[in-house]
Amino acid sequence: MQRGGDADRQRIRRGIGVTAATEVTPGQKLEQVVQTIERADLVRYAGASGDFNPIHWNDEWARSVGLPGVIAHGMFTMALVGRAVTAWAGAADAVVEFSVRFSRPVPVPDTDEGTEIVVSATVKGETEDGHTRLALTATCQGEKVLSMAQAVVRKR
Amino acid sequence: MPLNQDLVGKEYPPVRYEVGREKLREFAESVGETDPIYHDEEAAHAAGHPDIPAVPTFPIVLTTRVGQKVYEDPNLGLDYSRVVHGEQEFTYHRPIFAGDRLLAAGRVAAVQVKGRHELLAIETRVTTEEGEPVCSAVVTLIARGSAGGSA
Repeated sequence: MQRGGDADRQRIRRGIGVTAATEVTPGQKLEQVVQTIERADLVRYAGASGDFNPIHWNDEWARSVGLPGVIAHGMFTMALVGRAVTAWAGAADAVVEFSVRFSRPVPVPDTDEGTEIVVSATVKGETEDGHTRLALTATCQGEKVLSMAQAVVRKR
Repeated sequence: MPLNQDLVGKEYPPVRYEVGREKLREFAESVGETDPIYHDEEAAHAAGHPDIPAVPTFPIVLTTRVGQKVYEDPNLGLDYSRVVHGEQEFTYHRPIFAGDRLLAAGRVAAVQVKGRHELLAIETRVTTEEGEPVCSAVVTLIARGSAGGSA
């Protein structure tokens, strides 16, 4: 079996999972998720989620309510964080709790480049129930866009 | 215009939601989730799931339906187009799978003034039609400038 960089990353991404035998060390970092966001992604997400608030697709409207322009759905950012968590946990059903505060908007310029979100997560420790608590961060242009973001993951 | 504080605690009739495979695939794709278990039944079965599971933030689709009932409540006084998402919490009892027939019941959990803005928290409890708990979610919205006054 091939070993090394790509194979290991793939294994983390697909997730062999956090089992009862897995040693979970506080401070351990999860693999980052880096995602480019363009306007088209917001349109697709609006359709998939059913959230058609014009602040996510209409610059004029967004400015009229005091925003810098069109911003990403907070739930789009939260979903990217969710990907990092489930990939690490190795199972869709491992997440017990998941919460975030949206502390700063994510402006998405109407350009081919769009913007970029970087999701990081760190193991904080174990809960009383033996679950693993993760501290989560998401940044855009070097600024944190979430605060008090955490997930609790069940070992299998 | 300020939100109506009297609505705190008000419950709304449950919304029915039938979870379709294509909807779960569409949602997973829209957030860039490429793991086959969210797209392919065989991969989901191989991972021990009865069908394709939902990604963790999918319940927002249900809370949005519930939210629409709340926002449309003429007694509340909310302009949804001036709203931004402040906080989001999920507690999961079991995953959502394609084929699930769910009920999502909403309740106004809190209305708070914060400077010129107001916070509106809506709690949604999701169960199967048989009453099995699936998840709960609290959406906290910020109604920008609704408290009135000047900055």
